[in-house]
Amino acid sequence: MRIWAGLLWAAVLLLPWYGFEHLTWSAAMPLVAQVLAGRWWLAPLVAAPLLASTKRPGLWIGAAVIGLGWLAVEGLAIIHHGWGFSALAAFGPGPSQPALGWGALVYATACLAVAAYGLAARGWLRGDVFVAGSLLLVVGAIVLFVAVPVGTILLSAIRDNDGRVALGEFADKITDPSIWGLACLGGERACGVAWNSLELAIIVGVLSTLLGLAFALIAQRTRFPLPGLLRLLSLLPVITPPFVIGLALILMFGRAGFITNFLYAHFDIPRSRWLYGMEGVAIAQVLAFAPIAFLVLLGVLQGVAPSLEEAASTLRAGRWRIFRTVTWPLIRPGLANAFLIGFIESLADFGNPLMLAGNFNVLATDIFFAVVGAAHDQGRAAVLALVLLVFTLGAFLAQQRWVGGRNYTSVSGKGDSGIPAKLPPVLHGVCLAVVLPWLVLTVVVYGIIMAGGFVDSIGRDNSFTWKYFLTAFSIERGVGGWFLSGSAWSSFLTTMELSVVAMPLTAAIGLLTAWLIGRQRFRGRAAFEFLTMMSFAVPGTVIGVSYILAFNVPPVELTGTATILVIAFVFRNMPVGIRAGLASLAQVDRSLDEASATLRARSFRTLRLVLAPILRPAVVAAMVYSFVRAITSVSAVIFLTTAEYNLSTVYIVGRAEIGEHGIALVYSAVLIVVMALALVAIRALVGEQKIGRRSAMVNS
Amino acid sequence: MTPTVRFKTVSKRYGAATAVDAVSFEIEPATLVTLLGPSGCGKTTTLRLIAGLEHASDGRIEIDGRDVTHLAASERDVSMVFQSYALFPHMNVLENVCYGLRASGRRRAEAEAMAREKLGLVGLAGFEARLPSELSGGQQQRVAVARAIVLEPKVLLFDEPLSNLDARLRRRVREEIRGLQQQLGLTVVYVTHDQEEALAVSDRIIVMNGGRIAQDGPPRALYERPASRFIADFIGNANLAEVSVARLDAGRVEVALGATRLVLADTEAVAGPALLAIRPTAIGWGEALVGQVAKAAYLGSHMEYEIAVPGVPEPLFAIVHDVAHPRAIGASVAIGFDVSGLALVPRD
Repeated sequence: MRIWAGLLWAAVLLLPWYGFEHLTWSAAMPLVAQVLAGRWWLAPLVAAPLLASTKRPGLWIGAAVIGLGWLAVEGLAIIHHGWGFSALAAFGPGPSQPALGWGALVYATACLAVAAYGLAARGWLRGDVFVAGSLLLVVGAIVLFVAVPVGTILLSAIRDNDGRVALGEFADKITDPSIWGLACLGGERACGVAWNSLELAIIVGVLSTLLGLAFALIAQRTRFPLPGLLRLLSLLPVITPPFVIGLALILMFGRAGFITNFLYAHFDIPRSRWLYGMEGVAIAQVLAFAPIAFLVLLGVLQGVAPSLEEAASTLRAGRWRIFRTVTWPLIRPGLANAFLIGFIESLADFGNPLMLAGNFNVLATDIFFAVVGAAHDQGRAAVLALVLLVFTLGAFLAQQRWVGGRNYTSVSGKGDSGIPAKLPPVLHGVCLAVVLPWLVLTVVVYGIIMAGGFVDSIGRDNSFTWKYFLTAFSIERGVGGWFLSGSAWSSFLTTMELSVVAMPLTAAIGLLTAWLIGRQRFRGRAAFEFLTMMSFAVPGTVIGVSYILAFNVPPVELTGTATILVIAFVFRNMPVGIRAGLASLAQVDRSLDEASATLRARSFRTLRLVLAPILRPAVVAAMVYSFVRAITSVSAVIFLTTAEYNLSTVYIVGRAEIGEHGIALVYSAVLIVVMALALVAIRALVGEQKIGRRSAMVNS
Repeated sequence: MTPTVRFKTVSKRYGAATAVDAVSFEIEPATLVTLLGPSGCGKTTTLRLIAGLEHASDGRIEIDGRDVTHLAASERDVSMVFQSYALFPHMNVLENVCYGLRASGRRRAEAEAMAREKLGLVGLAGFEARLPSELSGGQQQRVAVARAIVLEPKVLLFDEPLSNLDARLRRRVREEIRGLQQQLGLTVVYVTHDQEEALAVSDRIIVMNGGRIAQDGPPRALYERPASRFIADFIGNANLAEVSVARLDAGRVEVALGATRLVLADTEAVAGPALLAIRPTAIGWGEALVGQVAKAAYLGSHMEYEIAVPGVPEPLFAIVHDVAHPRAIGASVAIGFDVSGLALVPRD
């Protein structure tokens, strides 16, 4: 507690109150000096360190409430060009202040900690300071970096361009025919962008689920000769930047694609732009998301106890009847789950529509063009983002409410020595007929991605060349020694650096949240869980727009910094950490925590000495996935990158858009190899678990 | 003397469900008290309330005179042996046993010395460097016991400690636990659903049913003077028969069972209808009643019969040690009663 009171004093007496990067002397003065320099409204903030230095827990809570409350009020009321609320204009032009800095950050964090001590001393969470502090920290972070930005979207959507609340205008904007128009039913013009997105998402959801099911049935129920290939296939989407598949499809089926050329030359099939539109986007998305459905459904199929199917067969049921009456009903919730995941992914996907959509508008890209395009209409972007958010949240809620509660997984902890039923022959044939061509397509697509950057012009001139690789990644010897002269190095190194910085932060906050949800009991836990899980469903494009809207002006001004990219990575990918953590925690019997508690260990000690070592694989997995997802993400960060902090994916998209496919492919191939190496290295590092975990889990 | 554990009208509710309903009891130092009952009766919740793993919705819990109702598990002077043992799988035996001492702030050398001593006490000297996965179930259980007693807690809690052991080992381990408790003068609260185990190890048994205490007393009192139909049925699997009671004098009553009259020593029963608990072992061949064998089973050391008797609604379940002369199903038999195995139970 003394440490935190000390930090509060440091925040007001020593640290620069305003600014993070590129500090100026006037901004860098600590809070007390700012007050003396005429910023009188900061004076009440000194109350927090004063109250925190007393010995009364009640006053500590007061310190935090006053500190954080006043920080928010004055921060929103007084911004860099005067009053922040138009209602305050009555008081004259008003003072101004720049965006908050290190001092304010430390101040707010210390306030949370002081509040945790105060609440714990009053018996909240059974007096456990660590749990109280973690909870406040996670909630505070999620509110600041997820809830507030998303809320800002709502506010921008209902305001006109001068910042006044204009519900009439909002009603017009949200019902605009460009969003909801149904003209295409009459066969005339294009439909509204919302319908386009929904139609695409439903098609992609259904197709990727069916494909995933076919793959899962082949992998789990037949003696498919190449099980390794299927495993590899399931890993690929994790390490593939999302738009790369679209790029490869263009090189195959585009107007000048090599398959188009081949068909034209030998079969007189005319060139066309059929790929650019819903068909192309759908193919690319199904290629990208079917492996996710495969993983989900493989797990579901493995969860069907073979003994149930054996029981059915001893009850005189044939293979079809078993599949129809036992297997299918048991996997139905899994199918719904896979559909909804594909549906949400398709809605949120940004890269493939950007490459392939042509005149077929979808929400994710329209939002982008509303912000960066000629119109530069942030209001429209906010409205579109709102519609997209409602769709994804709706699907997410459906998944939680409807599918979440119906888990038919029938394998218990006890061994089930049965053998899964064989597939009905017809079904087997259908699955193979679907899976084999798809496998070929996938192999060709990845072949193009990996090799396309090393040939002169794929399909036309297939001679090997290093020129694209050298343009992007050459290292030359110059005057001052070796230097990185390739055009890709800057964005590549920034990406690696920021991904590595974000990696431990993402894993830490994700696993901490998982631990709070999975292992602690407190009032409002269900609401807390819902809040964190909801961030699963916020599409990257929406996060990107919301960060621009929320963090472009004081009190929290972060656009143009590397910090905002790291924050975007952390809060975009945190759900992965939460999922990994929850899944692993579910494997660890709760009696281990309880044993630790009855042996005098408090929660932090239990977390450090008991859970962390057991969960090490989950920690590592969360770090790897956070790293890989940071590298492959494009939708959120494309709004936030700058010339100084450019990222690989954004660079590649830029190259691809101006037709420099060679560099785009070679760069993608390098990224995929780097991420694959990271995955392999981690697998080798974690390796097989030596700990026999079963012993502690008998009867769990 | 201050009781080591005191419950004052403690309740635990989960939403609308009440797991423990206004329970009060006291546990004296250096005794082994068993919480016994069928599954869902609230016995494990009661144990976890003592440990601090659950927190009471109402009432007050004291340990050694100190109010611990709102204290977390780590702040209470108790330790617990879990049903699953809950040994930390990534720590070896010595580290497991040292864990609580280190958490209490002992230095490593001191903690290790104490841990080695207790491992010796449970017969596991030399196993310090093993991982839990390299031990048998019985050995894991001893590690769990050593880990709990090394803290010298005010109360030691056992949650169904024998349920993961095979039948042969159970008897031995239960004797070891009882021996250790008496040797070290420990106060132990022990949860089980097995009435034989409870009778064998306890100084006192608290039988729970539906979140309430059904009966509380020494094993012999529970067995011989069950306070209710539930106790008579749950402990010792007694036959229950409707009878009518007539008082002979201050110390004796006459009980009418079917066509026979039995005289029992009893000072409390009132005249009129009552329930008679008949232990299966109290039925033998005699001449009190005539019945017919409905079922017969040979179990090696004894025979089990069900005997239908006119005037008694349910067939009587009997355990007869004479295996040399089995009676066939359908045979007519004459039976008698050992009155020490009979008890009157209030009708409830």
